[in-house]
Amino acid sequence: FQPVTRVVLLIFNPMLKKRDDFEDILEERRNSSDLRYALKCYTPVLYKGLTPCKVSELKQMVLQSDQLGYVITQVSKEKGMTTDEVTGDAAAILEEMAQRLQLSTVRFFAFTLSKVFKTLFRSICVNEEGLQRLQQAIHNHPVVLLPSHRSYMDFLLMSYILYTYDLALPVIAAGMDFMGMKVVGEMLRMSGAFFIRRSFGGDKLYWAVFSEYVKIMLKNGYAPVEFFLEGTRSRTAKSLTPKLGLLNIVMDPFLKGEVFDISLVPVSISYERTLEEALYARELLGVPKPKESTSGLFKARKILSEDYGSIHVYFGQPVSVRSLAESRVNRSQFNLIPRHIPTRPSEEILSFVNDSAYRLVRAQEENMVLKPWVLLAFVLLQKQAAEDKQGTALDEFTEQAVWLRDLSRHYGAFLHWPDHIPPSEVVSSSLSLHRGLVRISEGRLLNQAVVILSCVSYRNQALNVFIRPALLASAIHTAASNRKQEIYNGFSFLRNMFSNEFILCPGATVQDFEEACYLLVKTGALQINQQEVLITERGHRTLAFLTSVLDPFLQGYQVVCRFLCEEDCLTEKQFIPAVRKFIIKHLLTGRLRYIEVLSSDLQKNALAALIRLGAVQKIKGYVENQNLYGQNKVETTKLFSFTLFISSKNILPLLSVI
Amino acid sequence: MCHTFPALTSDRSSRICSLLYKHGSSMASNSSGSDSSDRQRIAQQRLSVIAGHLQRPVEGNSGILAAECKAQGDKLDVSSERRTVPRRRQEIMKWNGWGYSDSKFLYNKKGQAEFTGKRYRLSGMIIPGLREWMESTFGANLQHKTPAAPILNSSAVQPPTLNEAFLKELKSTGIPFSHDAEDRVFRSHGHCLHEIFALREGKIGRVPDLVVWPNCHNDVVKIVELACKHNVCLMPYGGGTSVSSALECPPEETRSIVSLDTSQMNRILWIDEKNLTAHVEAGIVGQDLERLLNESGYCTGHEPDSMEFSSLGGWVATRASGMKKNIYGNIEDLVVHIKMVTPQGVIEKSCQGPRMSTGPDVHHFIMGSEGTLGVVTEVTMKIRPMPEYQKYGSVVFPNFEMGVACLREVARQRCAPASIRLMDNEQFKFGHALKPQVSSIFTSFLDGLKKFYITKFKGFDPNRLCVATLLFEGDREKVLQHEKQVYDIAAKFGGLAAGEDNGQRGYMLTFVIAYLRDLGMDYYVIGESFETSVPWDRVLDICRNVKARIVRECKDKGVQFPPLSTCRVTQTYDAGACVYFYFAFNYRGLSDPVHVYEQVEHAAREEILANGGSLSHHHGVGKLRKEWMRETISSVGMGMLRSVKDYVDPNNIFGNRNLL
Repeated sequence: FQPVTRVVLLIFNPMLKKRDDFEDILEERRNSSDLRYALKCYTPVLYKGLTPCKVSELKQMVLQSDQLGYVITQVSKEKGMTTDEVTGDAAAILEEMAQRLQLSTVRFFAFTLSKVFKTLFRSICVNEEGLQRLQQAIHNHPVVLLPSHRSYMDFLLMSYILYTYDLALPVIAAGMDFMGMKVVGEMLRMSGAFFIRRSFGGDKLYWAVFSEYVKIMLKNGYAPVEFFLEGTRSRTAKSLTPKLGLLNIVMDPFLKGEVFDISLVPVSISYERTLEEALYARELLGVPKPKESTSGLFKARKILSEDYGSIHVYFGQPVSVRSLAESRVNRSQFNLIPRHIPTRPSEEILSFVNDSAYRLVRAQEENMVLKPWVLLAFVLLQKQAAEDKQGTALDEFTEQAVWLRDLSRHYGAFLHWPDHIPPSEVVSSSLSLHRGLVRISEGRLLNQAVVILSCVSYRNQALNVFIRPALLASAIHTAASNRKQEIYNGFSFLRNMFSNEFILCPGATVQDFEEACYLLVKTGALQINQQEVLITERGHRTLAFLTSVLDPFLQGYQVVCRFLCEEDCLTEKQFIPAVRKFIIKHLLTGRLRYIEVLSSDLQKNALAALIRLGAVQKIKGYVENQNLYGQNKVETTKLFSFTLFISSKNILPLLSVI
Repeated sequence: MCHTFPALTSDRSSRICSLLYKHGSSMASNSSGSDSSDRQRIAQQRLSVIAGHLQRPVEGNSGILAAECKAQGDKLDVSSERRTVPRRRQEIMKWNGWGYSDSKFLYNKKGQAEFTGKRYRLSGMIIPGLREWMESTFGANLQHKTPAAPILNSSAVQPPTLNEAFLKELKSTGIPFSHDAEDRVFRSHGHCLHEIFALREGKIGRVPDLVVWPNCHNDVVKIVELACKHNVCLMPYGGGTSVSSALECPPEETRSIVSLDTSQMNRILWIDEKNLTAHVEAGIVGQDLERLLNESGYCTGHEPDSMEFSSLGGWVATRASGMKKNIYGNIEDLVVHIKMVTPQGVIEKSCQGPRMSTGPDVHHFIMGSEGTLGVVTEVTMKIRPMPEYQKYGSVVFPNFEMGVACLREVARQRCAPASIRLMDNEQFKFGHALKPQVSSIFTSFLDGLKKFYITKFKGFDPNRLCVATLLFEGDREKVLQHEKQVYDIAAKFGGLAAGEDNGQRGYMLTFVIAYLRDLGMDYYVIGESFETSVPWDRVLDICRNVKARIVRECKDKGVQFPPLSTCRVTQTYDAGACVYFYFAFNYRGLSDPVHVYEQVEHAAREEILANGGSLSHHHGVGKLRKEWMRETISSVGMGMLRSVKDYVDPNNIFGNRNLL
């Protein structure tokens, strides 16, 4: 274990983070014609190395590429088809996938979205300096836009902003489910979306078409490529563990020397109130997600009558893939195999892409604007868990919120708390925006059950601010002594346990520990010397708060462990319903206080963590199924055999922590 | 020994392409001679032309043959005695710059660029476009001068560390030697930027303590024996055109360092017309070798850009490549037999069979050994009858991508002309800036018309187009047929034939560019070239990335002006190409320009390796690129080379510390 060094501390110092100011783009929309805006002259700055080409030419380039040609030959040999047939299949895949970006459709969206946005939101704030940086980046290198993903709105919003600022419109990787919405699907396609199947694990041809399509658009500077690192919308508002597939694809042209550099631009989109708020909560509780359909969209019209507060969009500092890779990746490893032959990325590359992905997600998190309501959600939930059924007095509530405001600022949170307004007003206006979730009755608050998960999704927005100190506080809380080494071990265990739950960069345990120590020492909650960690007088409140931040997760993981101990073997499909039943039982008997443990997200993460730690084993079994036509077909089903050893050293600390 | 233009720096840069010389210009044009019976006449004419334009130094160094070697009656010196390189090289060559003392670029009183002397075709001419090009490309200014130290200050040279016992025995052999400061300094460097820059500033580091001039193989044997006996460090010196720091004396060397100058071993010992081979002493420089063979109607066809000054032994020791390798091959293809003196004795094969299956070819331990194993003394080389007909050509492409695609196709069809080179847009502009003053209004009118046709009528973007230069050689009929084939391919890639003149001027660039670096250094501009070889599919990527890396590194390192970062594809192979990069910048405002330069070059080399390029195509490794050898040839490969060195030269007598 390395002692904290001064230099490292400087990097952590959150007060040094400098962030740009915001401008509201809706303001101008409210004062001038939307039609004129939609028809404005649009001449974006393009990539300097751009060779202009049409959508159809793009497809031809993909179909004629060496990369695809190689795979087509391979597939035709394997399947005994002619290469023409396979090329036909590839063309069909491409047809299904490809975008057809059209300025007219974009203008249509610009007009309608202006109307919709003005109804739904009070303001849409963007950092103009970030957009200037983006413009520069687009000119110099191929650009990848990486927005956070909390809502369906995200990519429409992105294109809307880029159009507003006369920046090149992106092509966007979208899930195939959108295609179900017939008209809308095509509209999205014409506004730059291209559609990819959710899973195509073994399909070589699909993968080749897809990756080549993305790479060609990127390399030629056709348009910025936009996708969501998290892969899907985060239902919990916590950042999801990044998916590496697409990031791997977009980094490949740099690693193989096909472009000089690529700029990755993390974009943080924060909603004061998410459109899907209640939808997500239901989904997490097991009410199935409605299929995307055009009619469903119209039903959702009623949301138009509500107030969704403001949106903040922060375009982060472009990250150069070249500088990420510098002294990390030996690019000459690609010298010995022709570059058009698909190869599995080496361990070195995989870990590089993985680390980069975490860095980028953290960059998104750091620039996420937090509204006062997010902090209020912390207080509310902790009260609720303390079985304070009666609700909370508004004064006390405000005091706690202000305390939390100060703490989160010390921890470097990007908090938008209007300091010129008295705190009590800030609190009540927040509460009124979220009146669907909380009610003020005679100065008291009453909480509702389903509502809790919605609140959780707001609280979660700020979890990344507190997670490292919270891990440390919990480690201190459970440690038998004040010895630094012991506390570090506890920290390390918890961090490892929760690495599916939170964005914790792999291999950065020591840095995270030092960062947590630094923050707690800085705020006067801890004193740390060579061997020992001591809690100060005024530190107890902070530590109590931080411990309670992690508590719902600890209890949740514990109850999942308990559940698994009682089971021998079950399939993956059975897991969620069964564990949910088990949890409800515990909640009803009062042995479990946190209703949020019902979140299927937490349950899945816990299971994944236990599998990763080797406490639970995943076994692949083959089951013969008969289909309707009486032919035998082999399908795979996953079975779990739970070999959860309570004595196992991997898991023991978890149980003892609780 | 580059076959390409060695650039601003190049060590081995200037080539002697006869057309570059004043009288030689007639040759290409007389290609119009009509029937094949003209062959004789043309050959005769060419001969006389070549003999004429290589004016030998006036003094003639007639005392070249030492008494002892004359006694070797069995050796027949078939060549005449006119030689280019005297023992005191400083008599005709610059001590702190490239080439002949009488030839250099300068700005005359009117502020026009001019090339002095009488040796080259460009000599005595005004180059009107050069000044503007230098000012706009580098932000250079005639007011801001950085003149070189005019004369060598002998007191700045460390007194020699002499091994008295060695010296005494050496004297008794009668082999000429010197420990004069000028002689020693002249042999202490090659033509890397940092070496020339230091000389211009009058900074002299470790230099050899003694220079010896063996006259023949036996002299070398004696010297090596004495060196082993007295533990003296030997560093072979051929033409001195290295650009790999190969001639730099290792500062940690405490023994007496003796520079073994092979320049006086410069005879063609015999020519075998039945087998088409010639046996030549390894100290002969390229221009002498070609000239002397031409007198008998033959040539080797080996024309590295530095062939005016680089030597046969140097070519062998660095694995040189010549610009006409497509017809004649690189040095490894040309060599039939090598004799090398090592501390363990003389290594040579017992016969001159054209190919042998006798284990790994020992020639390949010698070729590329960079003076670490011994001294190459005599070489048997393939020779060819002189070509009947030569023709230049050029093709303009709308962009570099198309140009590379065309070269690739030419290589695929294996129909590359003697030389084919593709310059990028920056170099095309550079070549343009080097056009001498046109004599007639008609020519300038024609030029304008051509420009109009290409840019306006054909729609080529003057900021993207690029040019390939071509040289065809052989039977007249075949050349014309070949020419048509190549132009047909070029047309498929949007190429337009752009005339012989452009092609010829392209090749002229090759030799003047080395002189130009000296001009740049007078005005705060430093630069260098470096080369690599790379598979075809990576050519475009490596060109783009390395050029961009140079620009970025310059910016990061605080260079105030945008650098010149340009490249050309200079050689085609079945499986890849040789790429040459040129890089130069204005260093005003930098406190340590050479250090900045070295950092940028280092980064550029890293970029080359990361993009699948080789460590070197023909410049060699020397000390400059040693650090990348292990990753280039693997640890086992290093061990193999190491063990050869350990066996051949256990006491590190050949202690220049190159390569390993």
